[in-house]
Amino acid sequence: MSESVMTRDKNMSKGMGRSPAESHAPKGEGLRGFMSSSRSDYLLLAIFALAILTMPIWLAPIGAGYPDILQKFAIFGIFALGFNILFGFSGYLSFGHAAFLGTGSYAAVWMFKLLSMNALIALIFAIAVAGVFALLIGYVSLRRSGIYFSILTLAFAQMSYNLAYSVLTPITNGETGLQVSGSDPRILDHMFGSPSGRGTPDFFGMELQGWPGFYFCAILLILAFFLTMRIRNSTFGLMLFAIKSNQNRMNYTGFATRPYLLAAFVISGMYAGLAGGLLAVTDPLAGADRMQWTASGEVVLMTILGGVGTLLGPVIGAAVMKYLEQIFSSFNEGFLHRAFDFLPSGLQDFMVTIVSPFVGEGWHLTLGLMFMLVVIFLPGGIMEGLRRVSGRFKGDRGAADTAAHAGH
Amino acid sequence: MTSEILSIKGVSKRFGGLRALDDVNLNVRQGSVHAIIGPNGAGKSTLLNCLVGRIIPDEGSVTFDGGSLLGHKPHQINQAGIARVFQTPEIFGELSVMENVMIPAFARKDGAFRINAWSRARERGAVREEAEHILDDLNLWDQRDQLVNSMSRGDKRRLELAMCLVQHPKLLLLDEPTAGMSRADTNNTVDLLKKIAERGITKVIIEHDMHVVFSLADKVSVMAQGTVIAEGTPEEIKASPKVQEAYLGGAHL
Repeated sequence: MSESVMTRDKNMSKGMGRSPAESHAPKGEGLRGFMSSSRSDYLLLAIFALAILTMPIWLAPIGAGYPDILQKFAIFGIFALGFNILFGFSGYLSFGHAAFLGTGSYAAVWMFKLLSMNALIALIFAIAVAGVFALLIGYVSLRRSGIYFSILTLAFAQMSYNLAYSVLTPITNGETGLQVSGSDPRILDHMFGSPSGRGTPDFFGMELQGWPGFYFCAILLILAFFLTMRIRNSTFGLMLFAIKSNQNRMNYTGFATRPYLLAAFVISGMYAGLAGGLLAVTDPLAGADRMQWTASGEVVLMTILGGVGTLLGPVIGAAVMKYLEQIFSSFNEGFLHRAFDFLPSGLQDFMVTIVSPFVGEGWHLTLGLMFMLVVIFLPGGIMEGLRRVSGRFKGDRGAADTAAHAGH
Repeated sequence: MTSEILSIKGVSKRFGGLRALDDVNLNVRQGSVHAIIGPNGAGKSTLLNCLVGRIIPDEGSVTFDGGSLLGHKPHQINQAGIARVFQTPEIFGELSVMENVMIPAFARKDGAFRINAWSRARERGAVREEAEHILDDLNLWDQRDQLVNSMSRGDKRRLELAMCLVQHPKLLLLDEPTAGMSRADTNNTVDLLKKIAERGITKVIIEHDMHVVFSLADKVSVMAQGTVIAEGTPEEIKASPKVQEAYLGGAHL
């Protein structure tokens, strides 16, 4: 009854002819770019797909144009995309997502051993197992929020890590790691008479090594990006952002917030499972170190480095981090001596002594420094940096305006 | 008796040694505006918290629309038809005004939980239209794309009211809707609440400002020291010596 009263006169005046489709004003978007049109979404997707698929060309000049590292960009991009669905959208910081990465790897290798070297079967199983695992851990961890939630997830991940080394060795093969071998049953492969002799994962006959391996990961990354974009613009995505903004109000508005969070947790766990499965596809070996807390911390860093809550940020953050890891960990003292060759020998030795702790094994020191700089000076990550730069170019539209457009 | 939408019987709540609520009885008639007044610390907000599931009373019963509210979670109580405006606005500061109003509308369309991860939220036409009408009604239409954090305090309160109204609640709880407002803003709010009153939504309102109370309420309950000390029409309450005493501090002795 109240509805008819409420809508009576407004329908007559400006309410008429203001259909939902045409009523959105492009001038000021919400923080998430929630009101962005579907056309601009598909444009972004197309640009993203093109950029990812042409990475071998445009990343070649900086020494990243080879499949091994590009695969890593794609795989950890998927991991970070999924992590961002939980952390970036709903604000819940999980410190144990590596558990799902590791689970995905183990699950995939088991499929290689038991059923088939076909990557599709392995990946589906990896996603499913990681999803179930995330459901269990998420159900318990989400009884708390804030720092207690983070600690619970960390505890679960460390428990999984230790179990993989101890009680679960029949499944994980302990320190040696789980590998494929010629004596594996591979029931499906034998049934269809296509036992892959060399033990290389394939996609219906196409061996996923080198460039085919990269393009396989790249296409999955693009699909994962598309799915994340849809989630972000969906009603479900809006609810996650609302929970992040004010969970109290969500409860008093009639929403059961915990199921929403659990769904986000499971979805992001499944992304991690896919990433873990892909790690096994590109290199059919799974070890418990993939579950260690450092790996969980890494995905947090990637997301923050790129830009929490943004669409592109986590992918960029993952690529930047994997690239720097590759570069800095490959430097050794010999390289440094050559780099500082132009200096007099005393000064050269001095410089090498200063710099060497930051490279090679010690590259985490560089990472730590870089992370500090980003968090202090650019809390919105690389994406915020890009926005500031593009804001300069567009002239002084004001910081508030650019912040309001913090869409992609 | 005419139908009572809300009935509170013998509700008590202790916090340690403090009796925050002591055998509170209160009945709210369908379609009425029921004000609760009283000095600070009288238990008004605690009582409201008992209604929305934030606090569970030690004793007593709360019946709403034929069913008990006790033991239900805040979201279940909202889904049953109770919406609440808080003393300090509880809104989604990082989202736009339009999103803020669409979210409660989704709570009515989709229920407490539904995964709808594929369809675009902005293309849910029915919800959008409803949100647009409410924004129009409460003069927030021009600010629809603004981020809520950048709004003035008065606008934030109006927005929170819009977020409650878009749900078409059976009962609206208002916790000091004019606290800290200027006289002009208070008058605007009173006008707005009067306009809403025409819709026939039952309201329970906690208020300090007697001008607001006497211009809105059909019935007034006076609380002091955790219990209801007087009840009646605004005129009766104005004339009651008991109330005068409570407000002059006599009840504190």
